Amino acid sequence: MPETILETRDLSRRFGGLRAVSAVSLAFERGVVHAILGPNGAGKTTLINMLSGDLPPTDGKILFEGADVTGLPVHVRARRGIGRSYQKTNILPELTCLENCWLGAQARLPGWLNMVRPARRYRDVQARAERALGLCGLEARAGTQAATLSHGEMRQLEIGMMLATEPRLLLLDEPLAGMGVEESWRVIDLLKTLARDHTLILIEHDMDAVFSIAQRITVMVNGCELETGTPEQIRTSVAVRDAYLGEELAA
Amino acid sequence: MSHRSPLLPLLFALVCIGIALYPLVGDAFYVRLAAKIVVLGILAMSLDLLVGFAGLVSMGHAAFSGAAAYVVAALINKAGVTDLPTLLAASLATAGVTALAIGWISVRTSGIYLIMITLALGQMVFFFFHDVSFWGGADGVNLDAKPVLAIAGIELIDLSDRTVFYYVALACLVGTFVLLSVVLQSPFGQVLRGVRINEGRTRALGHDVQRYKLAAFVLAGLIAGLAGFLEVARSGFVSPAHLGWHESATVLIVVILGGMGTLVGPVIGAFALVFLEDWAAELTDHWKLIVGLFVIAVVLFLPNGLVGPLARSGGREGLGKALARLWNAPARLFGRTPAKRRDDLPQESAGDA
Repeated sequence: MPETILETRDLSRRFGGLRAVSAVSLAFERGVVHAILGPNGAGKTTLINMLSGDLPPTDGKILFEGADVTGLPVHVRARRGIGRSYQKTNILPELTCLENCWLGAQARLPGWLNMVRPARRYRDVQARAERALGLCGLEARAGTQAATLSHGEMRQLEIGMMLATEPRLLLLDEPLAGMGVEESWRVIDLLKTLARDHTLILIEHDMDAVFSIAQRITVMVNGCELETGTPEQIRTSVAVRDAYLGEELAA
Repeated sequence: MSHRSPLLPLLFALVCIGIALYPLVGDAFYVRLAAKIVVLGILAMSLDLLVGFAGLVSMGHAAFSGAAAYVVAALINKAGVTDLPTLLAASLATAGVTALAIGWISVRTSGIYLIMITLALGQMVFFFFHDVSFWGGADGVNLDAKPVLAIAGIELIDLSDRTVFYYVALACLVGTFVLLSVVLQSPFGQVLRGVRINEGRTRALGHDVQRYKLAAFVLAGLIAGLAGFLEVARSGFVSPAHLGWHESATVLIVVILGGMGTLVGPVIGAFALVFLEDWAAELTDHWKLIVGLFVIAVVLFLPNGLVGPLARSGGREGLGKALARLWNAPARLFGRTPAKRRDDLPQESAGDA
């Protein structure tokens, strides 16, 4: 019996008259790579924003590891083990790559008024930051200012910062956005590595990537869940083909 | 975790040694001016924690130091308390509580709204001391006595002695520098820097940024309280002007002038502003014009403040860049570089044809 790590119950978000997400009930299993597909405006990013706590839902509930986290702010969810990366690169450009990861690694420190001991003397934080930097493939760039990285490297750092907080559940909003083919495969390899000991919830437009790493796929249309299933089920689903995948998979 | 140039702490050390030795050679008037600079430097350093390091532009900082100064004045004049530790504790408590209250409301906002709300709340504190007659009204009050530290009847520190005050203030300046250096190197300081650069992402990484911002406000308020205590002990006088928005803006200018985000910058800024005011006021009645032009010149040519060229690691490279900036300054002043202008022209004429 697979264990559910995250669950939504009738989760909805309205922006004025627009129902961006309406009554979505999904269960995400631990250790599974679960991709969310859908055309632009389907409500994918809104859903991720609600899962991470960046956006409060208008209705419904979110349960993480059995506990209701619907009302918890983003930083509390991060500390509980939900990490996220952003669609639009969201890093601290003035700092070095290591310092970017450092800030994430530091979130695991107990307490918050750590005002006396110099930050560089926290060996455990340093180790976490270096480990995250190594995982995302940027250890050679530790001392490089983040603003000078290439686009692909910034996307890697985006993931590295999230990993430094040592999350159990990763919310990835278009990790391959704007990447070249070669860079994409590097990140896909990274995601496959991460999938071994993390749960991944992934939004991505790159179909090849999604079908090569996802074990479950949910297709969303107009804010609603259209269908959830294995990649094979989604590939052969008539409803999905009609609504969304038609042109791309017909060939 | 910091890439600041080692030149900045060195500069601070040199400044402190200079201040310490100055009374041996200096004119009494300028020694008094130096004491004023040291106190203003402490106040500006505390504001720099908010503005330069955490990115929280506060326009109500004088409320913290001013409130502390008023409480000292009232304790001395109305209650006859001259015990230094009591007065200092009262100053810190007053400023800390004021900062907690103003900060608690203010940290919910950011950017221009933070400026407006700190300005408004600071003015509320101003009118509280201005309008409530207990505090002495619009003209301010003179101190009847000055704080004294005495143990078993023996006077150890008497702040009415100018020399004693001078070195106590200098010790406080050094202490503030060390305290803030330690805090900024700590994990707490790393989060404040994260808040300045990218608040949203810092929060998403698991930091309760609101709490950090409030703690920064309280810490800055406590140091401002120390500055307020020293200021009233120095001048023996406090008036509502000490906590109005005008004073808050002056401290902000000191920080920007010297260099935001460096601890020594505000001290250099205090030197520059106080000496320039003194010099210009002797020269002409329109001295504020000179001071204003100087501030504009610094902002244009040294956008990182007077210590900006030293702040980059290496220092020498920074100085070269600063000279290059000076060289290019006339062109920048008119909004575009000559080269860019030449590029623009053919395109425009092509469009017309």
